Amino acid sequence: MQMSHAIFERNSIILLIGVLITVAIGGIVEIVPLFLIKNTIERVEGMRPYTPLELAGRQIYLREGCYTCHSQMIRSLRSEVDRYGHYSLAAESMYDHPFQWGSKRTGPDLARVGGKYSDEWHQVHMKNPRNVVPNSIMPGYAFLSEEVLETEEIKDLIKAHRMTGVPYDDEMVENALADLKAQANPDSDYDDLLNRYGEKVSVRDFAGDGPKVTELDALIAYLQMLGTLVDTDVYGIEAKLQQ
Amino acid sequence: MAQALNLADFQREPGAKVACLVVAVLLSVFALYVVSETYSATMQLHMYLIMAFCYAAAFWLMTRSNEKPAQVNADGTPNYNEAVVRYGVAASTIWGVVGFIAGLYIALQLAFPALNLDLPFTTFGRVRPLHTSAVIFAFGGNVLLAASFYVVQRTCRARLAGDIAPWFVFWGYQLFIVLAATGYLFGVTQSKEYAEPEWYVDLWLTAVWVTYLLVFLATLWKRSAPHIYVANWFFLAFIITIAMLHVGNNLAIPVSLTCPQSVIVWAGVQEAMIQLWYGHNAVGFFLTAGFLAIMYYFIPKQANRPVYSYRLSIIHFWSLIFLYIWAGPHHLHFTALPDWAQTLGMTFSIMLWMPSWGGLMTLSGAWDKLRTDPVLRMMFVSVAFYGMSTFEGPVMSIKAVNSLSHYTDWTIGHVHSGALGWVGYISFGALYCLVPMLWRTPLYSKRLVEWHFWISTIGIVLYMVAMWFAGITQGLMWRAYDALGFLQYSFGETVEVLHPYYLVRAIGGLLFVIGSIIMAYNLYMTARQGRVPAEARSRDVAGDHIGDAGAVPAE
Repeated sequence: MQMSHAIFERNSIILLIGVLITVAIGGIVEIVPLFLIKNTIERVEGMRPYTPLELAGRQIYLREGCYTCHSQMIRSLRSEVDRYGHYSLAAESMYDHPFQWGSKRTGPDLARVGGKYSDEWHQVHMKNPRNVVPNSIMPGYAFLSEEVLETEEIKDLIKAHRMTGVPYDDEMVENALADLKAQANPDSDYDDLLNRYGEKVSVRDFAGDGPKVTELDALIAYLQMLGTLVDTDVYGIEAKLQQ
Repeated sequence: MAQALNLADFQREPGAKVACLVVAVLLSVFALYVVSETYSATMQLHMYLIMAFCYAAAFWLMTRSNEKPAQVNADGTPNYNEAVVRYGVAASTIWGVVGFIAGLYIALQLAFPALNLDLPFTTFGRVRPLHTSAVIFAFGGNVLLAASFYVVQRTCRARLAGDIAPWFVFWGYQLFIVLAATGYLFGVTQSKEYAEPEWYVDLWLTAVWVTYLLVFLATLWKRSAPHIYVANWFFLAFIITIAMLHVGNNLAIPVSLTCPQSVIVWAGVQEAMIQLWYGHNAVGFFLTAGFLAIMYYFIPKQANRPVYSYRLSIIHFWSLIFLYIWAGPHHLHFTALPDWAQTLGMTFSIMLWMPSWGGLMTLSGAWDKLRTDPVLRMMFVSVAFYGMSTFEGPVMSIKAVNSLSHYTDWTIGHVHSGALGWVGYISFGALYCLVPMLWRTPLYSKRLVEWHFWISTIGIVLYMVAMWFAGITQGLMWRAYDALGFLQYSFGETVEVLHPYYLVRAIGGLLFVIGSIIMAYNLYMTARQGRVPAEARSRDVAGDHIGDAGAVPAE
């Protein structure tokens, strides 16, 4: 062994190549098939790209590091399905750049939080979580309702998403800003938005603060659509459940 | 072979100096352009920092002598580049204390949420990445940088390759840390765990890291012994694998050149796999392979005896780096990741137990010195913690255990037994070894090392036990059903019950912080009483001959 191993010990480049090959194998075997095997992501009805307002809200979610305490991945365990709803399907995060499955639940899972609480609940909760959940240890995010949403880059943001494969069409890119504003204003003419993204898109004054679009509007719009796109009743819940 | 490529000499030509100046000027012009165009105040701040870095570098280059540093001293010993190692030691000590304090702060936030202060930049979500990056990349990274530059020179019996390049690696890495940390606080983040820095910070790190690899390789090429010492295998694997992981995981499309945000090219289930391929192997190669290299140099040196078995170290090396890469999916049990990948991840995680423990045997012997040498004791205890957390890890990767432990504080406890016990203690041990060697003086106080050891050991034990109780308690409460078949506890109730554990954990963290401050004081006093030999006249310390026959594997 000492004889044969000497080639690695005597030549740094051969050692380097040996290491690279050794560490590449595991990654290739585990990652590449995920792109090649068709049923990695099941075919489901209802998935659509995020609307500009939801996407902007998602950027707030990313910015604040919500993933450090909240998962968005319901595991196929009986107790999780009973608490949070149908276990998460791979398809449900297929447009998530980056994914937000998370690794820690200091707070509850949010994969299906959409529609569970009213907008008013979210407004109060974000201001001071302990006003609605007395034993919560979440920070208050009162500043979100004071910050007007930064929209300068929304079109470029959607363009960048399209480059990664999210099916935004030209109209969606062109009208990004208009769609964003329309969704936060129920008095606007939002028919085009619904034509582009589907009838199920919610158009509301999410933060309850009138015509201005704040970061809170965007964040609540995002939270309220989480897990609502796919009708999970169609998929057998018992199939995969454990324990 | 080595002489033909001679990258090292290229670095010292005046041509290299001019090239570096041109790059600095071009980069500062680009930074100025971004400052004028971007809407983001954070990106403006970052570009000003980059400009300041460029101007400082340009000033340094222009005032620097063209004369090459001597390769060997008058007495024939190599003229080691120790200055950059001293900077690395100082930086890791400072960043360590900062990172530990950040950890204590967020631990207290979980016990007392009012400490979030409801300001954007003091909330848990923004400070937590600051803590993880500060301890892993700023503290751990600087320890690895300093130790690898020290070890590669001593074991190759040659001066560090390059004259400008090692300094670019050191200062460029510090700039990376500052850009990353301020970015998190002001909300510039990719929201990818342990890979939060945005695209332009990632690019900067890539440039620094490639230079690091070249400096390391070029120093290996200068070695006089035919064999590369085992510690350097681990350092090389660490550097090259981290480069692969960093690039693969962070592939992203910037929203625009003047926008701090980017969109990761991967999504959903594939990205989950890639992120944990990265995340788990940041543990495997940054926090394990790199620190095993430190173990393979400093423990034999401090104990003054060679490694136990040369054959075992070969097996240890190749099996560890081969098996570690596969283990990522154990973070994704019962998720939407396909079952075959979960099973692969679990299987390899369990197999990983073997090299992790096998490696410890390479160090058996020299137990008698534990009673008398507190520095050696610290390093041995670090190896014990390594053994413990690499036993716990495979257990937690078993699906049945993971269904309980995942998402709970048990994982946090597991990480910290490895991070505080293994990475922390082997780093502290290396720092306690390095400072006296670099400043040519005995350690200021061995008593203070004793204090540091005992205070932080109590801290670690409190931390781990509190997190075990917290994690298992909460995991069981999440799955508890009442007699009627309903879930027994609301989520809020399972949070409320954790309060005492969070308090104990914070006390444990406080003790660890106190220990690290004692160390910082001790190291500072040691350096103050020491002397820094003049560069060109640097001499080997008496008896400082690891890398010589004694520790190099038998040939």
